[in-house]
Amino acid sequence: MSDSAAPAIVIVDYGMGNLFSVLRACQSVGVEAVITDSKQAVSDAAAVILPGVGAFGVAMENLAALDLIDVLRDVAATGKPLLGVCLGMQLLMSESHEFGHHRGLDIIPGNVVQLPLIPGLGAASKVPHVGWESVEPPVSSREGHAPGSAWDGTLLEGLPGGEYMYFVHSFYCRPRDQARVLSVTRYGTFEFCSAVTLGNVMGCQFHPERSGPAGLLIYRNFSAKVASLKQGEQRAGQA
Amino acid sequence: MSVRVIARLDIKGPNLVKGVHLEGLRVLGSPERFAQAYYREGIDELVYMDVVASLYQRNSLVDFVRLTAQDIFIPLTVGGGLRTLEDIRQVLVAGADKVSLNTAAIARPDFIREAARKFGSSTVVVSIEAIRMPNGQYEAYTDNGRERTGVNAFDWACRAAELGAGEILLTSIDREGTGKGFDLELTRTVAQAVTIPVVACGGAGTLDHIRDVVSRGAADAVCIASLLHYDLLKRMGTDYRAGEEGNVEFLKQARNFSKVSGAAVGDIKRVLRESAIACRPAFESTSHV
Repeated sequence: MSDSAAPAIVIVDYGMGNLFSVLRACQSVGVEAVITDSKQAVSDAAAVILPGVGAFGVAMENLAALDLIDVLRDVAATGKPLLGVCLGMQLLMSESHEFGHHRGLDIIPGNVVQLPLIPGLGAASKVPHVGWESVEPPVSSREGHAPGSAWDGTLLEGLPGGEYMYFVHSFYCRPRDQARVLSVTRYGTFEFCSAVTLGNVMGCQFHPERSGPAGLLIYRNFSAKVASLKQGEQRAGQA
Repeated sequence: MSVRVIARLDIKGPNLVKGVHLEGLRVLGSPERFAQAYYREGIDELVYMDVVASLYQRNSLVDFVRLTAQDIFIPLTVGGGLRTLEDIRQVLVAGADKVSLNTAAIARPDFIREAARKFGSSTVVVSIEAIRMPNGQYEAYTDNGRERTGVNAFDWACRAAELGAGEILLTSIDREGTGKGFDLELTRTVAQAVTIPVVACGGAGTLDHIRDVVSRGAADAVCIASLLHYDLLKRMGTDYRAGEEGNVEFLKQARNFSKVSGAAVGDIKRVLRESAIACRPAFESTSHV
């Protein structure tokens, strides 16, 4: 694939989960994304979406088999927009404790651990956690801001704070640096990190492509970010 | 933790149908129209069930899933006649997020384990169709409540969870389509025995029934058909085409369904929230028009 034909946004197909709904979400906000498992295509893309449903260890094995681990690290290091969804968010972290110990992509320092079953809550605590929960800015970034404005300039920009998103997961991310936490969500009485960000890398534990109009806004923001970076490059090229 | 409100669409051929005890199916219209309306009003999930698939050993949902999954950005569970990993793969590729397994899983429980290993636990919903026996025990049925299995529904729920199911869709065939309320005992017993979410299905006739199955039945989610469908029919009118296959007499006569008054997504969410049961709010509180 030549550079000029390189698609703007690629969705990484590494054999884990529902890529179709991510593709549909992209199309619905006017983005022609391409599903690929090609190292070259991922490397050439202007932006990358890493979706995924399933087990962390298997996912890393599959990425390794496709020789995509270093490519994805390079995508992040070169400042290209990278969006990890659900398992894709967890893979961004350094390590996971899901069924043993596995190394992750280590793009965002931190680990992945199991959601606690909270005794005494009865139906309020089931694992996997399946359902719609509200997504809030972390307390530290809420202070002194209007609700939601803590997300200006991020992929959550335009969401009012408290928006409900669809979750399906048994594990959650614990970034080492609290500044990486973009949003938090309560599961019963337990609060976990539901989105992370570092430069142009973002991960969300929920499924924006399954979260109705609020979720589609995240894909719209992602697409706008890709477009603005492209324009910046073109201007730089002309100067 | 929030409760999910799920719309169940039983599909027969090209039509949305609804029966009583999963029998005596009436044609209600085109399923896409209902699915779109529920999505716009803020339903949390959709379940498509091919209600005659096991009976005729066919799997006709794939094209339909592909068509309707294009513009609907909420989770979609598809069930009915899925017998192999390849069947599952096909509906997932067509746009489903989860599959519901019943007949094939009871025939060979390891099917649950294999499906969970290949597609992830969260993709695998085990559907249990339970009928209360004279001795007070519940037995799991297959083929939409037609075939006895001799399997205790409670034991089967626990076994399915052990094998890697991500959720249980628990239907009371006794209550299904009757509007008499959910089977609270069945729901509570199963929901408290397993650590995976249990979706209560079958019997919702009033908004109170929905509240009760959450507050007293310990359901993690509610699955609604008649209440939503009959309300939407009243608001949208019918779209049946002459010569359509199936029993369309109900639509032609435009009768009211006597036992179920009908409720919109907004009505259900409002009642849950008024009862301090957390759920995602609906988009518009369209009550009866």
